[in-house]
Amino acid sequence: MNIHEYQAKQLLARHGVAVPAGDPCKTVDEARAVAERLFAAGHTLIVIKSQIHAGGRGKGTFTHGFQGGVKLAKSVDEAVNFAGNMLGKTLVTKQTGPEGRVVQTILIAAAEMIKKEFYLAVLLDRAASRPLIMASTEGGVDIEEVAAHTPEKIIRENVDPAVGLMPYQTRKIAAALGLKGDLFNQACKLIAAVYKTAWETDAALVEINPLCIVEGPGGKEAIVAVDAKIGLDDNALYRHTDIQAMRDLAEESPLEVEASKYALNYIKLDGNIACLVNGAGLAMSTMDIIKHFGGEPANFLDVGGGASKDQVAAAFRIILSDVAVKGILVNIFGGIMDCNVIATGIVEAVRETGLKLPLVVRLEGNNVAAGKKTLAESGLTIISGDSMSDAAQKVVKATRAA
Amino acid sequence: MAILVTPQTKILVQGITGSFGAKHAQLSLAYGSQVVAGVTPGKGGQLFEGKVPVFDTVSEAARQTGATASAIFVPPPFAADAILEAVDAGLDLVVCITEGIPVNDMVRVKRAMQGSKTRLIGPNCPGLVTPGEGPQSHGGCRIGIAPGYIHKKGHVGVVSRSGTLTYEAVWQLTCRGVGQSTCVGIGGDPVNGTSHLDVIKMFMADPETHGIIMIGEIGGAAEEEAAEWIGRFGTKPVAGFIAGATAPPGRRMGHAGAIVSGGKGTAQAKIDAFRKAGIGVAATPSEMADTLLRMM
Repeated sequence: MNIHEYQAKQLLARHGVAVPAGDPCKTVDEARAVAERLFAAGHTLIVIKSQIHAGGRGKGTFTHGFQGGVKLAKSVDEAVNFAGNMLGKTLVTKQTGPEGRVVQTILIAAAEMIKKEFYLAVLLDRAASRPLIMASTEGGVDIEEVAAHTPEKIIRENVDPAVGLMPYQTRKIAAALGLKGDLFNQACKLIAAVYKTAWETDAALVEINPLCIVEGPGGKEAIVAVDAKIGLDDNALYRHTDIQAMRDLAEESPLEVEASKYALNYIKLDGNIACLVNGAGLAMSTMDIIKHFGGEPANFLDVGGGASKDQVAAAFRIILSDVAVKGILVNIFGGIMDCNVIATGIVEAVRETGLKLPLVVRLEGNNVAAGKKTLAESGLTIISGDSMSDAAQKVVKATRAA
Repeated sequence: MAILVTPQTKILVQGITGSFGAKHAQLSLAYGSQVVAGVTPGKGGQLFEGKVPVFDTVSEAARQTGATASAIFVPPPFAADAILEAVDAGLDLVVCITEGIPVNDMVRVKRAMQGSKTRLIGPNCPGLVTPGEGPQSHGGCRIGIAPGYIHKKGHVGVVSRSGTLTYEAVWQLTCRGVGQSTCVGIGGDPVNGTSHLDVIKMFMADPETHGIIMIGEIGGAAEEEAAEWIGRFGTKPVAGFIAGATAPPGRRMGHAGAIVSGGKGTAQAKIDAFRKAGIGVAATPSEMADTLLRMM
């Protein structure tokens, strides 16, 4: 699960990470109040940031023509004008797709004078099966570019889960970032707090980019997390009710939300051949084989190992809600599950939804003869596929003809 | 000889009284596997199916029945504890079927298992099967949730991160009259007990295994690691398939570990590593068995 920047900063602040002063706002009135408070506190520049789960906000464009999802303001009036141009409006960035996202919340924060930018992240090192802290002097830029072109500028420090992050490790990182004196000590404290946030919230990723040395109102330098991104481990959400409440359904595809209600694993893609499969690996490779034979998959859909008739019916409704879909491929390897139960579910779903699109079904496994008989005797025009490649070729052909 | 388990391996089932555990314990018994004990805390003294004794603790079950392998079917919040209980009891093999264990729990489990003699397979895996000699491979050792009847005793080893894709490969082999030595599902999570490479090394060392099918998917670099080793030290033909070439980056494709992030873990990188190592790459999942058989 992903959360908004302002929520990530709330979690970080709760664990002792310094973040710029500011607050989220859902209305222009709230924005005015926050802006007034920040200027009254002595800040001379503030930033208004659209809160959506997609990158590229600063260079994004709103559908009503307003440029930029992140803006700097020197006065309350300026801030209020920006807030009015963002709240309730649709922001399109390179990551949102052409449909964009509606900005429901903005974050207004002090925009302190940035002296230097760093990168800091905590993530899982799969090869080591341990948490990894990644840091770099190259902050504020795309870290993948840094890793590709100047890998020596990336500092990597694994954490032993038996003892947790040790203070000497934070000192190693701070020294490698070239920090001295008070800033060195501040960085050590901040790195420890960022790691604590990641571990205690069961985050899959905590990324601070940029982490900045800023000059505060009194000319005093400090290290703060100017931007932050947190992705949570879905498997661990059950033990974090406070974080569950941060889920923003408006940021998720409505069909994916609907599918999750039926314990279906559905991801919408851009093609026109829908697929319904049991098992994640088989579902991925069904998409691949459609593409291999010249088609374009419309979705990933794993109905799980023990799919029920109700799940099959729900899966058909969800697939058919995607108007781009022009053909359907059902690929079931019923190892334990009874193919005839699946076949009955398919027949019922086809009747219920009045399906007109070409449907290719490949059934294999337990009680497959009875399943094929049920399909054949249903009187419905269901195309039978003998193997994955036979079924994929048939659905690609039928979709082209439709 | 096969790898990891033989038809004689004595199995205990942790979570045998839950509906999922009970169903698959029954199926393993029906397949002829030696399920000798169950463990459900608080239900010690009961009999499962009127014949398999249930114990409160793993160590008690192992001591009294001689079980050396465990299948874990407990819910995700209790799985880390269940794995470490089996390790503490000194079992040789622990197969964790449970899907949905928090990543940090597995990070701690793997650290705690360092230096122990126990091998963990999974979590979030279908388990493993060493087919038996009977009709439809009856009499083999089935630990987990794979359908037993699709197997056939023979000489191909199968290792995979995915359940149904493993069954697909096994069924293709069996339909062509080709049997399997052992089929191992290592699971779809980002942190697991046994890697592709661990299983590949065992297959290479097993005289009964003459060829290998390795099935991978997007995410991580475990397939690349195995491929590199095969390229240098492999002595038997290996065919492979990688799922997820069409998966969009940054999205988890069903399995928690199946994600391309930061440009890492792409299908193309894994396929390239396979080719470089001389592994036969199946262009589609329909060709996994044929790709290997052409090499043997």
